[in-house]
Amino acid sequence: MNDKLLPLDRLRVGQKGVVMDIAATDSEKRRFWDLGLIRGTTVESLHKSPSGDPIAYFIMGAVIALRNYDAEKVLVASSM
Amino acid sequence: MTVKNIALIGNPNVGKSTVFNGLTGLSQHTGNWPGKTVSLAFGTFVHRGQAFSLIDLPGIYSLMANSPEEAVAIDYLRQKKPDVVVIVADATCLERNLNLAIQIAQAYCNVILCVNLLDEAKKKGIQIDLDTLSRLMDIPVVGVVARSKKNLDRLKDQILCTSRNPADPDSVLADFTEEMITDSVNRASTIYRACVRLERKDYNAPDRTLDRIVTSKSLGYPIMLLLLSLIFWITLQGANHISEYLHMILFGLQDHLFVLLTSWNAPVMLIDMLLFGVYQTVAWVVSVMLPPMAIFFPLFTLLEDSGYLPRVAFNMDRCFRRACAHGKQALTMCMGFGCNACAIMSCRIIDSQRERLMAILTNNFVPCNGRFPTLIALISMFFAGLSAGPLQDVIAVGLLVAVILFGVIVTLIVSKILSMTILKGLPSSFALELPPYRRPQFVKVIIRSLLDRTIFVLGRAVVVATPAGLIIWVLANTYTGETSLLNIFTNALDPFAGLIGLDGVILMAFILGFPANEIVIPIIIMTYMATGSITELDTLQLRTLLVENGWTTTTALCTLLFCLLHFPCGTTCLTIRKETASWKWTAAAFIIPTVCGLIVCFIVAQTLYLLGV
Repeated sequence: MNDKLLPLDRLRVGQKGVVMDIAATDSEKRRFWDLGLIRGTTVESLHKSPSGDPIAYFIMGAVIALRNYDAEKVLVASSM
Repeated sequence: MTVKNIALIGNPNVGKSTVFNGLTGLSQHTGNWPGKTVSLAFGTFVHRGQAFSLIDLPGIYSLMANSPEEAVAIDYLRQKKPDVVVIVADATCLERNLNLAIQIAQAYCNVILCVNLLDEAKKKGIQIDLDTLSRLMDIPVVGVVARSKKNLDRLKDQILCTSRNPADPDSVLADFTEEMITDSVNRASTIYRACVRLERKDYNAPDRTLDRIVTSKSLGYPIMLLLLSLIFWITLQGANHISEYLHMILFGLQDHLFVLLTSWNAPVMLIDMLLFGVYQTVAWVVSVMLPPMAIFFPLFTLLEDSGYLPRVAFNMDRCFRRACAHGKQALTMCMGFGCNACAIMSCRIIDSQRERLMAILTNNFVPCNGRFPTLIALISMFFAGLSAGPLQDVIAVGLLVAVILFGVIVTLIVSKILSMTILKGLPSSFALELPPYRRPQFVKVIIRSLLDRTIFVLGRAVVVATPAGLIIWVLANTYTGETSLLNIFTNALDPFAGLIGLDGVILMAFILGFPANEIVIPIIIMTYMATGSITELDTLQLRTLLVENGWTTTTALCTLLFCLLHFPCGTTCLTIRKETASWKWTAAAFIIPTVCGLIVCFIVAQTLYLLGV
């Protein structure tokens, strides 16, 4: 298994990743925590909107859409 | 006996309002999109001799105050210290909901977990072991199906039982650290795995498939337009027939009323005033405006219940991002189709002050239920009537969609201009939840909203159309010299109205229509009838009446555009004042759309005049 770190919005549709780090201000981090995005959470990229931004993710049993501008602050380890 | 305070809390869109309605027997509006409950709803119920006061708090994700609604909910818990806190969770999305439940259970002692939507979970093959859940969470757990009121009595029993425990007066909500959040998220996952068994791993596959279709590159936008067109088509079709029918009944009744009043020897002037002033105005509102309103509203509610609207916001987000607006503005715009005042309230789902104001100031560019029939009437009279048969419907629906799209484009342009001038700033981060699709309760929704809408419109017709009809009648029958006051008034408006392609009567109708937009067309009709020779006409002759009073295609087009782009109605203005707590922003919300309308109508009218149309 070859792990590599990449921003959440770069996951391919259908690919899963584990949150490793969130590069954001404290108040932004709280919003991510609200969604269940903390270190160790598994996230799956579900589908893109027609323009490719935002992208919908499966997080803790819910479908959440994030704009790429925000999602790129979440770094995930994807299993290749 | 003291009344016990109960608070309902939970993630957005888990059916709190449905539980609330089920417990209290009230009918608060419910819908399938996160953030629908924006104000606090209160209700009461009595169970086995104990009275309870119930509050429905706005949906929150955690006990960290990140948004105004979350602050409201948390402040309530901190200050009011309810006797029992009922956490409502969605059985189809339990893992995420448990996160909040764990946080609340840590801070409070009298907590009940109510697992709602068990029927949906069962359909998806999600089995939840409620006993284990209760044991692991160390709080009572009740599973319910709030929609069909299943097990609500057990929930009431549990509330009664828990409310007998003394409330903890010292319960405080600590500020959460990253460790605490990590801990609650991890515990939620552990408990979820211990209590939930999935019969099918891919239980939400149908939702995902549907999502991939309705948000796909090739089909996303066409499906949106098709659904919109379909709703318009059904509305047009249904409204036409009902309109004619209602018109026949109401204006037939007028003759009977005339005979009745005459037989009572009522003064001629009074009969004239009541019948041709008040009654006819109300009759026009009911026959022309009510049918499209009453048909469109339930259809829209079905769409709202299904969970499709957040997908619209998902698809449209790119446009709003470019306009530096919040992605949820698309949701508040959708609500505008129902009622702009309600949509202004729903703008609370937008956390950032800057983007919320932007959504509030531009909301009026979406034609509400009260303006929608005006658009329909004008389109079918002046633009779609040229061809016959099915083609006519296609043209009418197409034009209606085009008008709506034009409103959306204006919204985006104005939002962009606002973000570059008085509301400078970058878009804030946002997360849009795409809730599971739910099959709407067709019969219930249709009957309920049909009745609600009908009663609402009838009520407004009495309150607003009655005085308006009276004013017009009095003005038309008060003469100074040769001309009536009505003529003097409309003649004074004529030169200015002419510049923007309208006439004095139309402009006056928009001004008098400030309390309620649905009386604009009836006022125009009544004014022309009061000043002209026609006293009786059916709906098909409406066009003749307007043309005789100088209407051209340009007039119709400008009236249509001004209907879309003008000041919000009185109720909406008051709501804006309440939501922004500022007369300055209320004035801005009044002026911005009006100026847009004047500019657009001026350009269109002058161009068409020059072209000689």
